[in-house]
Order: sequence, then C-alpha cells, then structure tokens
Amino acid sequence: MDIIISNSVKDPIYHQIIKQIKELVLTGKLSEGDSLPSIRQLAKDLQVSVITTKRAYEELESDGFIVSIVGKGSFIASQNQELLKERRLKIIEEKLIEIIEESKLVQLSKEELMEMILILYGDDLK
Amino acid sequence: MTNVVEFNNVKKSFKNFSLDDVSFSIKKGFVTGFIGANGAGKSTTIKLLMKLLRKDSGNITIFGLDQDKHNQEIKERIGFVYDENCFYDTLSIRELRKIIAPMYQKWNDNLFYKYLDQFSLPEKQPIKNFSKGMKMKMAILFAISHDPEFIIMDEPTSGLDPVFRREVLELLHEIMLDDQKTIFFSTHITTDLDRIADYITYIHKGKILFSKEREELLTEYGIVKGSNDLLDRDTVKEFVSIRKTNVGFEALTSCVKKTKDIFGDEVLIEKPSLEDIMYYTNKGDLKCTL
Repeated sequence: MDIIISNSVKDPIYHQIIKQIKELVLTGKLSEGDSLPSIRQLAKDLQVSVITTKRAYEELESDGFIVSIVGKGSFIASQNQELLKERRLKIIEEKLIEIIEESKLVQLSKEELMEMILILYGDDLK
Repeated sequence: MTNVVEFNNVKKSFKNFSLDDVSFSIKKGFVTGFIGANGAGKSTTIKLLMKLLRKDSGNITIFGLDQDKHNQEIKERIGFVYDENCFYDTLSIRELRKIIAPMYQKWNDNLFYKYLDQFSLPEKQPIKNFSKGMKMKMAILFAISHDPEFIIMDEPTSGLDPVFRREVLELLHEIMLDDQKTIFFSTHITTDLDRIADYITYIHKGKILFSKEREELLTEYGIVKGSNDLLDRDTVKEFVSIRKTNVGFEALTSCVKKTKDIFGDEVLIEKPSLEDIMYYTNKGDLKCTL
C-alpha cells in the first residue's frame, strides 16, 4: 500500500490519507479484509502526528470503508458493489448539473451540449 | 481520554517574573508540544512539573497522583531530558550507567544497550569530549532506559543540526508506537512540532494562552492579508495583532470563520504556521482563548 503525502498542498494531511485509501479501494488495489497499518505505525511512517492518522481512520470508518477491531487493527470493510456504483453515479450527476449550469450561463442550447458530449464520448471510445 | 498531568491554578512568583494561575493538562498517549518565547515560563513550568522548584500554591497531579505525596513513585515512571548537560563530564557513559542504573527499579539494560548501539555513542570516552549532538543523545539514552511512561524534555532539539533533529523525531515516533506512552516537550523550533505534536500548549508571559489540538488550532487561526483601506476602528478589533506596511496589511485572526463573514473575498486568508501564531500573539495585546 502506498500513501504519498504532500506538505505543500492546501489539503490537510488527514484528508490526503482518506482520499488515497478510498482511491485504493475504488481501484481495487485494496480489497475486503486487507489489513491496514496501525494508526501509530502509519503516523510513524508518514512522520505525522498520531491524531492526524487517527482522524483519517475514524472518518474512513464512519464512511464504511474500513472496520477497526480492538486489539486486532483496521481492515478494509466489505464493499457493497451496488452501493459503490450508486455513489459514483451520484458524483457524475452532481458534475453534470454543474456542467449544465455553466452551459446556461453562456446560453449553450441543450442540443449543442448533447452534441458536444456525443463527440467527446465518441472520441474517447475510439 | 485520560490525562497524565494536571496543573490546577499553579502559582510561582520570583522577583521579576511570575507564573500566574497556570492550569492545563497533558493527554495520555499523545505528544504535546510546549511553546512560548524566551522567558515566557517554559522552563519554570517544567521545573515545577519535575518538582525541581517548589510551587507557591495550586496543585499538580501526575498519573493521577498528587505530586507532593508520591514524588518518588512518579519519578520512577518519568524520563527527563534537560536542556543542558547535567552529568559529570569527566565520566564516561559506562561509568555514568553504574551511577544512574541503580536509581531506577525498572532500569532495563537490554533497552540501554539497544539505544547505545542505535545512537552509536562511544561507551568509554569521557563525555566532555562529546559534541553537542552526542551529549543530547546521551541525555535521551539515560532518560529512556528505564522504559518510562512519560517523557519530559526541555528543548531537546535546540542548537542541533537538522539531521540530528530528524533522528530525535524519528526516535520519538518510535516511542509513540506504544499507546501507553506520553511525551511533553518544549521547543521554539516550531517546525519540529509539525511532524509530531498532537497538542500544542502555548505559554506567554507566565500565562497559558491555549492548550489545543494542533490541527484544530491551525484551522481556527488564519493569516489575513489585504488592503489598508479595510482597516478601521471596528475591523482592527477582529485581529490578534496587525502588521501594517505601505503595501497592505497582514494580520492574525483567531477565528477564520468570523473574519470570512466580515471581509468576504476582500482579503486573502492563509493557513498560519505555529511561528506566525507565536509572532502575532507576542506582538499584540493578548486575550486568553483557552
């Protein structure tokens, strides 16, 4: 498992940890039952404070990405594939809304926008 | 979360300096950084904690025990690193070990030799020939060889080169793998704290200004930059202190949210460093934000 922390970006460190572990799960590099380093081990390896990694794990846990078992450590939780897909669809939906609003700002018609999407989507598929 | 140390209304007066009603606590299992300008009372507080000074009033508990009643038991569980050499410097590490080891019931020779090896210190040379960094390593060696639960250090990284400071921090991280351990250390090299401190306690002119989670602190406080036109009698009050120049102002706010409400997009707000917070609180008239 690789986690790369940047000290020069605005994003707080605990957030960077959360983002990267989620990414590892979504891309399938980490799967159900895989064990994660302990909070204190990760803090030592990344040279950050214990509270930082603790906070990251706590949020991952409340988001259902990991489970922590006292005395055993933290593991990747079973991921409900349907749920994951649903979450991703929601993200796409939100981004589309953003695009539509932007389009309205410059008075782009529905047809023109659709055309644009068709062209771009088609190009990607080639 | 339990506290390893609790200071309750501790007072100590000297001729021209006093610690005024100091109350704060140190959380078990975490690293607390103790910051403040020179002469703010850091060393006095640490000496009171170690009972090297007698307090005028108030009480101090360590591991939940009253400091006055259980002094010896408490000391057995503490590792202390002082900021200057306090060992006989004509002796070698081997000779010092013979003096120091019997003082602790829980002295652990395996641990001692493990660290001696890790720090690559010469065992037989008189320590007066040691460099500053070696002396500090040795002080740490003697402080942690009885496997203390609570480690107190007074400026362990001051005057040391960056390579050695990293080594010390790495060692502290290693110690903190055990969640029963607690570290409290004073420093004015605030960048060292970015890498390890969970909590920050800030002392200023003998008063504790705050004792907070570091991350929380850095999101509550902010450096605000903008045009001088924005400053008037009312807005000035929003800042801890302000540095005004011909090309605009820079100020510290202790409540980023409120500053955003007042100024909106008119100003630039940046995440402060601990150094920024120290500089601006020192500069301004202080209000306690505990």
